[in-house]
Order: sequence, then C-alpha cells, then structure tokens
Amino acid sequence: MPEPTLKLSGLEAVEVTSASNFVNIGERTNVTGSARFLKLIKEDKFDEALEVALDQVRGGAQVIDVNMDEGMLDSEAAMVKFLNLMAAEPEIARVPVMVDSSKWNVIEAGLKCLQGKSIVNSISLKAGKEEFVRQAKLVRRYGAAAVVMAFDEQGQADTYQRRIDICKRAYDILVYEVHFPPQDIIFDPNIFPVATGIEEHRNYAIDFFRATKWIRENLPYAQVSGGVSNVSFSFRGNQLVREAMHSAFLYHAIRNGMTMGIVNPTMLAVYDEVPKDLLERVEDVLLNRRDDATERLLEFAETVKGSAKKKELDDEWRRQPVEDRITHSLVKGVIDYIDQDVEELRLKFDKPLQVIEGPLMAGMNVVGDLFGAGKMFLPQVVKSARVMKKAVAYLTPFLEEEKRRSGQVGKPAARILMATVKGDVHDIGKNIVGVVLACNNYEVVDLGVMVPSEKILEAAKREKVDIIGLSGLITPSLDEMVHVAKEMQHDKMSLPLLIGGATTSRIHTAVKIDPCYDGPVIHVLDASRSVPVASELISTETRGAIKERFKKEYAQLRLEHEGRRQEKSFISLEEARRNAVSIDWSGFEPTVPSFLGRREFLNYPLEEIRKYIDWTPFFQTWMLSGRFPEILKDEIVGAEATRLYDDAQKMLDTIVAGRKLQANAVIAFYPAQRTGPEDVTLYRDKERSVIMDTLHFLRQQNKKAAKLPNFSLADFIAPDQSGKTDYIGLFAVTTGIGLEKLIAPFKAQQDDYKEIMAKALADRLAEAFAECMHARVRTEWWGYASQEKLSTEQLISEEYVGIRPAPGYPACPDHTEKNTLFTLLAPEKNAGIQLTESYAMMPASAVSGYYFANPKAVYFGLGKITRDQVEDYAKRKGMTVGEVERWLAPVLAY
Amino acid sequence: MNIEEILRKRILVLDGAMGTMIQRHQLEEKDFRGERFMDHRYPLKGNNDILCLTRPDIIKDIHRQYFEAGADIAETNTFSGTRIAQADYHLEEVVYELNVQAARIAREVADEMTRKEPHKPRFVAGAMGPTNKTASLSPDVSNPGYRAITFDGLKEAFKEQARGLVDGGVDILLLETIIDTLNVKAALFAIEELFDEIGRTLPIMVSGTITDASGRTLSGQTTEAFLVSVSHVPLLSIGLNCALGAKALRPYLQVLNEHAPFFVSAYPNAGLPNEFGHYDQTPAEMGEQIKEFLDEGLVNVVGGCCGTTPEHIRVIAALAAKYKPREVPAHA
Repeated sequence: MPEPTLKLSGLEAVEVTSASNFVNIGERTNVTGSARFLKLIKEDKFDEALEVALDQVRGGAQVIDVNMDEGMLDSEAAMVKFLNLMAAEPEIARVPVMVDSSKWNVIEAGLKCLQGKSIVNSISLKAGKEEFVRQAKLVRRYGAAAVVMAFDEQGQADTYQRRIDICKRAYDILVYEVHFPPQDIIFDPNIFPVATGIEEHRNYAIDFFRATKWIRENLPYAQVSGGVSNVSFSFRGNQLVREAMHSAFLYHAIRNGMTMGIVNPTMLAVYDEVPKDLLERVEDVLLNRRDDATERLLEFAETVKGSAKKKELDDEWRRQPVEDRITHSLVKGVIDYIDQDVEELRLKFDKPLQVIEGPLMAGMNVVGDLFGAGKMFLPQVVKSARVMKKAVAYLTPFLEEEKRRSGQVGKPAARILMATVKGDVHDIGKNIVGVVLACNNYEVVDLGVMVPSEKILEAAKREKVDIIGLSGLITPSLDEMVHVAKEMQHDKMSLPLLIGGATTSRIHTAVKIDPCYDGPVIHVLDASRSVPVASELISTETRGAIKERFKKEYAQLRLEHEGRRQEKSFISLEEARRNAVSIDWSGFEPTVPSFLGRREFLNYPLEEIRKYIDWTPFFQTWMLSGRFPEILKDEIVGAEATRLYDDAQKMLDTIVAGRKLQANAVIAFYPAQRTGPEDVTLYRDKERSVIMDTLHFLRQQNKKAAKLPNFSLADFIAPDQSGKTDYIGLFAVTTGIGLEKLIAPFKAQQDDYKEIMAKALADRLAEAFAECMHARVRTEWWGYASQEKLSTEQLISEEYVGIRPAPGYPACPDHTEKNTLFTLLAPEKNAGIQLTESYAMMPASAVSGYYFANPKAVYFGLGKITRDQVEDYAKRKGMTVGEVERWLAPVLAY
Repeated sequence: MNIEEILRKRILVLDGAMGTMIQRHQLEEKDFRGERFMDHRYPLKGNNDILCLTRPDIIKDIHRQYFEAGADIAETNTFSGTRIAQADYHLEEVVYELNVQAARIAREVADEMTRKEPHKPRFVAGAMGPTNKTASLSPDVSNPGYRAITFDGLKEAFKEQARGLVDGGVDILLLETIIDTLNVKAALFAIEELFDEIGRTLPIMVSGTITDASGRTLSGQTTEAFLVSVSHVPLLSIGLNCALGAKALRPYLQVLNEHAPFFVSAYPNAGLPNEFGHYDQTPAEMGEQIKEFLDEGLVNVVGGCCGTTPEHIRVIAALAAKYKPREVPAHA
C-alpha cells in the first residue's frame, strides 16, 4: 500500500513525498515579515502586492504564505481581497496557499476564498482542547491541511520534552478523535533565536532538531515545518553570519526530518561555501557544543562587521591555492589579479586550453550555479564575464601558439547565434543574454542589430551554430520574428529558435511563431532562463523532450487563446464612439503656445537633463527589482544596487563633463481640431487656412464599467463643431548621438559591463530629456501650466497636467503614425534621428510623441480592438486592411 | 446489498439527459406554470425543475424510460434546484418543496422497477448543479477581485437543496457539472453539516466538468488538482461529465483512474453541439467511444449527459454489462 502523503493544490497539484525535496514556502507576502508588503497593503496597492506574490512563485516558492495580521489593517478584508485577486492570476494561483493568521476569523475568511487544498497556519492547544478540536474539524471540513504549533495552555514549548509532549498530545487528539489524516498535519516545533546570551536559550536549536527527529520517527506521516529566519534574530544587520546560520540550521534540520519551511532563499548561504571557521562557530552555537560558543560567534561577527578588520579578511583569499583564487575572482568580479593567476595556472598545466577547460570553467560553473539559484545578481554576473574574458584574452596568444605547434583544434563549445531582428536597434537585453550564456560556456555569435533574415540564416549555416536567438523591443519586430521562423522552415532548418525581448511574450510565440516552424521554438522570459533552456536544447538526451514539451505547451496555449478570444467582451466601434470622453468645450479656452511650427534644440546641457532621470527602470534593466531610492537599502539587492548606482554616477560624471553624448530635440506646436471621431487635423495657423497633416488615433473597444469612457487620444482635442481652435504639440528627442564612439573602447576591451552601462544610461537620459522638455513645454513654451512646481518624484508619478503619449506605446500603438510625426518635425536633418523600416528610431536612445494640454487628458492603454475599427482605420489611413492588421497585430481582438 | 458493494461487482449505469427528453414534449409557458403558478408574475418557460411540481407525469415517464433502457441510477430533475438558480424565476420560496417532490417522483419509479426486477435494484441520485454563479471567479473582467456569490451564500443554498432531496428519499447526493471547485467545496461543507444535523450520512458522488481542451476546469484547475481539492470528504465516486464529449474526456479519466481513491464515474455529452445547439452523435457512435473507457478499465459508473436519450443509455448499458469495473486502489 502506498504511504499516505501530503497533497496540496492551487490550480495544479503538489505532492510532498519522502522523495520530494524540501518544500520552500514563500514568505514575502506577509505583513509581519515584510515592511514593503505591509506598505503596499496599507496603501491599497494590491497590484504591486500581487507582483510580490508573482516574484515568489517565479523564484521557486512551492507554497505561498499570506499573512495580513497588522493592527492597523482590517486583516479579514485584506486577506479576502488579496486571495480573490490572486485567484485571477493563473501564474500565482498555480501554487497552494498557506493562510497565515493568529486570528481564527481571518483564517476562516481566507479558506472561503480558496478552491484548492490549502494549509492553515496555524492551530494549537493554546486555548485548550475544545477550541483545538473545533478548529481542526473546521479545517478538515474546508478541505485544508494544518500547521500545528507546539503550543498549549501553559504556553509555547521551549524544551525538547515540552515540544514532543505537546506534539504527541496534539497528534493523538487529531488522528484518533478528530480523524484528521496524519499526513495533513504539519508540526511547527518552534524555531527560536539562539546566541542571545541567555542561558536558557542555549539548547533551542538542538532541541528543535531532536524534536523534529522524534516527531518523524514517532508520529507517522506527519510533516515538520518552521520559520527559519527566527534562529538568527540576534544577528540582525549582519548578513554574513545570518546567512551562515540559516544554512547550517537547515542542513541539520533537514537531516533530522524537517520537510518544509518558511525560508528566504536569498538569505541563505550555500552550506559548503560557509567559511570553515565561521561554520564551526555557528555549529558550536546551534549544537551547543561549547560553553563559550556564543561569545566566540559574537567575536567573529564583530570581525566581519568592522571595516578595518574586514580588509584583513578581504585579503585572505589571496593566500588560497590558485584554483580557489580564480574562482574567487570570477565570483566576486575581481579583475586586478587575473593575469598573474592565469599565468601561474598556465605554467602549471601542459596546455593553455586546459586552463580554460579546467579551473576557469569550474569557476564559471560556480557563477552559473549561484545565478541559477538566485544567489548572484545580474550586475555581478556581468562583472564575472568581464574577468573571464580578460583571462581568455590573456591566454589567446598561447592558444594560437599551441594550435600552430600541434595542428590541433580544441573541442568547440556549443554556439549560439544572437541577433536583434531587421528594423530594430535595441540590444541591451540581447547583450545581457549573450553575457549570461557566455558565462556558461556557450560561444555567442552576435550579429548585432537590424539583422535581416537572410543574414541570420546564412550566418547560422556558415558558423555552424547550434541555436538561433532572436531579440527585439518594438512591436513590429514580432512580425519580423515570424518572418525569420518562416524562412527557417522554408530552408528546411531544424535548429532551435529562441525568442526574447521586451515586446515578445509566451502567448505571441505560441500563437504566431511556433506554428510557422517545425523545429523547437521557445520563448525565453529573461536572461536567467536562457541557460537551462539552451543546455536542454544542446544535450542530445534532452533535446527531443524539450522540443516536444514546448510544442505541446504552445499548442495548448493556442487552444486556450482561441477560447479566451471568444470570451472577452467588446463593443462595436459605433457603440464605443457613443461612449467617448465627454468634455464640455463651451467653457474651454485653449492656451496659445508661445510659438507655432517647429523649433530645434541642439546640444542641450546634459547636467540639466540628468536631474530628470527616473532611476527605477535603470535597475530593472539590470534585473534588480525595487523602487529607487529604496532599492539602495533593500535587504537583498541593496548592496549590489548601491554598487551599480555608484558606477552609474561615475560614468555619468564622465559623460556630462566630457560631453560624450549629444542631446538634440525638435518640438513643434500646431493649431488643431478634432475632425473625425478619432482624427485630429493640424493646421499651419490659427485661421486654419492650410492643413499640415492629420493624425489618426484609435479608440478603446473593451466593455467598460458604468461611467468609464472608451478613450481615444482624439477626445482630448476640441472638435470642429466647438468653433474653438485647439493646439497640439509634437516632439522627438535623442541623447544617443556619440554613444557608438563612447562604447567603442569598451567593446575593444570586451568590457560588457561598461558597454551595457553606457547604453542603459543613454536610454535613461533620453527619457529624462523627454521629461525635461515636457516640463519646459508646460511652463514656458506652451505655458498652459506656468505656475507648476513639481519635484522629480511627482514628475515620475506623472502628477502634471497634460500628457505626452508616444506612437507605438499603449495609448496609440500604431508605429506607422511616426511617419506623420517625422514629416512634420523632420528630425532626420534637424536632430539626427532616423526611422528604420520598422519605425524604430535611430539612435535607439530616443523618444518621440505628442503633447496634449487638456486638463482632462490622461494616459490609458488602448487594449484590443475589433475588426470594424481595423476596417475603419484602414480607410482613414489609406492602407489595406491586411497592412493595418500587420502593424496592429498585437492589439487585434480576433 | 448497498450500492458500494454492488459497485465492487459491476459497472453501474447512470441515466441520460433530462433536458433533451423534456424538449421532445415541446412544452409551452402554460405547461411550466400549471395551475399552481398560473398567476406567477414572471415567465417560467424553460424552468425544467419546476415541472416536478407542475407536470410530474412527464418527469416520471422520463425516469421510467431510462430505467427500462437499463439505467441503475436515475438523477432527480433538480439541476437548478437551488435558490441561487431559481432566483432567475423568482421561485426561491419553493426550492425545498421542489427538491422533496423531485426526489419522491424518482423514488416512486425506482421502487416500482426494483419490485419488478429485484436482481437489479434501482437507485435515486439527488442531482445538485453548480448554480449559475462562481465563487472563485469574477464575472467582471475589469474587476478581478469581485465575486457575485460568497462561500456562505452557496453553502446555505446547497444545504437547503440537499435537505429537500434527503427528506424526499434519495439514496445518493450527486454534485455535478462542477465548473468551480470552490462551489463544490461549499456544497460538500453544507452536506457534511446536514449529515451532522440529521445524524446519518448518504453516499456522495462528485462530477466535474472540463471546459477546454487544455484539460482544465472553468476555474482553471487541472484534473488532479480538482481531485486533491475535494478528497477531504469520503466520496462514493469522483468523475467527469458534460462538456466536450466522450472522446475528449478520456485523458482526464486516466488521471482520475490513476490517482482517485474513490470509484470513478463518467457521463459525457452526445458529442459536441452542432451549429444549432443540437447534439447529433448517434447511440452507436457514442457507444464506440464509451467502449474505449471500458476497454481501458477506467470507470465504475457510466452514463450520459446533454443530448443523450434512452436509446443511448440502452447501448451504454449493454456495453457496460460486458465489462469488469475498474478496481479502486486500496485506500491510502
């Protein structure tokens, strides 16, 4: 008979067997443990709070703990609201929930929202047997498992004996009286802080281990769990010691039978990597092996805290064997000693290739593993790659020499071709993926940006690559990727095709790209996913399986997509027009801009622009999530974020001081009227004697709740019937001129870190420039908000009057409208900004768009539109329906 | 012999569609109203459940036809017999009575048949539909946190229905066409409370619906997650009904066959509806597909849902008689 096992479910089932690994319970959606989550809930920012849950699932949490116990919150309402919202996010709802509260009413309210089999955290004998039995029966009736705390009428168990006595008593009541299935009982025998200096606390950890072992041996099928970070409470602020303590604690707890736990994976050192002396002191404390264990650990903690002593510790690695020093340099990104260490290795080995294949690869494997496990962050990995490249560069002449002598060629690594597709110039994401792959021993053949399909196919054959990776940022690139896939099919290729970049998505890949190509097609969400996918695709053992898995998954997605398309409710264009934004134009007096027509701004001062930088997206580029400036103090990524920020400031200083980048802008104002439901006509003068051009916008068609309009940007301009002359502004800015020259030396030195940094900064400057120009438009050149006084934070949160939407972005997703913009602004000759055939701007660090001044104007997302609007739009634009469908593919609801 | 013992020996046959059979009578508004609801202020046409009170003759006859075709279990005509579903007709107040009557009608015919054929005892399953509201899904796309019904509201409604069915004399409670697992969890909660109150229990059958080809319920669960979510109650059977027809059901029955510690049931539609909303799979065609379940030994209870008729059940019953039932894995 099979052993009864704990089974849980969200949208999918989870089984905890003796063979399964330790179950990691996500802990960040807990207001008592996360200040950030508490703040989000308090401020009613449930969307961002959901992101926290999503991050956890993506980070590998198999169960999500949700806790809303905070004095200032209506915990029951917050629990219900959050769980209901979570249920609508399939990626989160996939995993089971742990409903965590010390209040029974909150637990019960939570259970009433969950269709899956959840875990209650927790019940106990604290209020006596009767209440315990009552709650246990209800838990059962709601179909949940339960965490049972080692807690009774006398209080929380803090000795070995009390722990096992209470657990035994609770087990007997549950199993024999309530008929609670033993496999659904999860004991929490209390993890308490150790090394507190209090005599009674010395046995806390070892008692937990012993109690765990006893429970697993004497209470059949029951599980053991606990909150691990408690154990290191005395060492708050000392990350190194805390991480070591968590890791050692888990090591012993799991060996004694702990099966699940609330653990922050980013606050966990690798057991084997904890320095021997630290580990010994930590284990002395946990296992209560010496009378002076606490003092000795405290002493050690001091040494890693004080900066004077830290230096000594920092240099100690130089005394290690050379292989360890190489690994250290790679993991820590230390470039200073790499040449001398590599030279030492070269003399040690017979052939230079052995240095690469041996110690260097071993070190990079450590980096890859740590990154894969979420223990290293992207900026660190990029620095590791820089060290690796320098090491290889040092060895290259010796390798050539060796080749000449022996005539032998080394074993080639797997090759991956990477390209940003035709019409697109964005490559930061592609370069990051390239670096991460290179770190994992792939040879990356990078074809750069704007690469036509013929060139991709030709290079793939010539270079004998194993995988092709395509990247793109703007929406027309999606079509180009479909085209490349078709061409690959046409050439009867079978190479795996990886799809990545900001506009790409799993669903687009499944619906549009995958069906065009018989070979494997896989959408790779971010750089960290590229390595496992690539390695599965390369290995002959797994290649077939992964292809089949994704083909199947995408086929299923297509079916679901088909199903969903019919469900979403849309209204006809006609109906949407009747529900347009209504503005009372009779009382409207448009502000007349200070000039009409075009004006250029060349070489705009960078020091002025710099003040407008929004840093949050900069950290996102580097895959560090969190808001600026809080991110600099973040518990997990704070140190790395601060380093990155400092490096960014340094480079920015150089750019500004040396005028390394040129900031150019063209803006224009024109009299305008709404001349069709979604059309805005621009005139040369306010008498409207000469028509300059017409802007064509689109209108939302999703069914709206009462009182919400179906927006179109055209709604914000006075209609011709109003008899008033309104105005509209246009702009195009860039800060990318000079970037190629700036990064040339970085490229030459193979310094990816600096190259990506420079590009990311140029992008930020372009956005900042757009922000800066907009501010001056509002207060001076158009002057409709001349009294405005806003801080940078207020600017970032868009607290100004009027908007500056950009073609190709949510409110007006049609990139082809840039044609009109560029005709009127002529930024090619006035500012040095070109358009590609896919309507991407060159240089890539550029922004263009419209200025709307109406106080009612707001940002919105168009959403999907139906065929009637596409036909109407095609007529208005003088394009065929097919052409419109091609350009608007991502927003079609059919 | 109780039903559990019989199920260990042979495959039991559930009846076919009620709605399809009622349609054959081409009933008018006045038939639905009968004398009793002559003056009801809202139209009642289409409220099939109310026929238990206004045209019991028709319902009895349908039960009889299915039993004669070989069904072992008849489902009461109470798919929409909760106050939530009856609210559409403003008939919340007759819900208890309706369920009692529906149970009595089926009971009468079942007992009559059992007397005639004592070797083949007939059973009555009190049918409980999913209601027309979902507890874990928002009906409003732009407001995903909204719920049109609460767990407690569902629990009370299901309890009222179950009480009527039990008082009317059903042998089994059958929760069917489950589209949202949270709804069925509320129903199970209600039934267990009811059992506590009346001091006895009845076997419970649970039957979910896979609504899309990805193999998930409407509320997004995989078949296995669905099973895990309702396994806290000692069910008589778990299974699948309605939706995509027999052929598409097979892979998900395999999941249940592998993991379920209960008997497994399946009663699919007669294929997929055509463009006019009619089911046109013939009894022979459907039999072919049901045969595959039987060949693989996937089921203990088999029958028909939308579009099936006594002719379909006759074919299915004849087939089922030739096969051994699925063996239930020892209770873990």
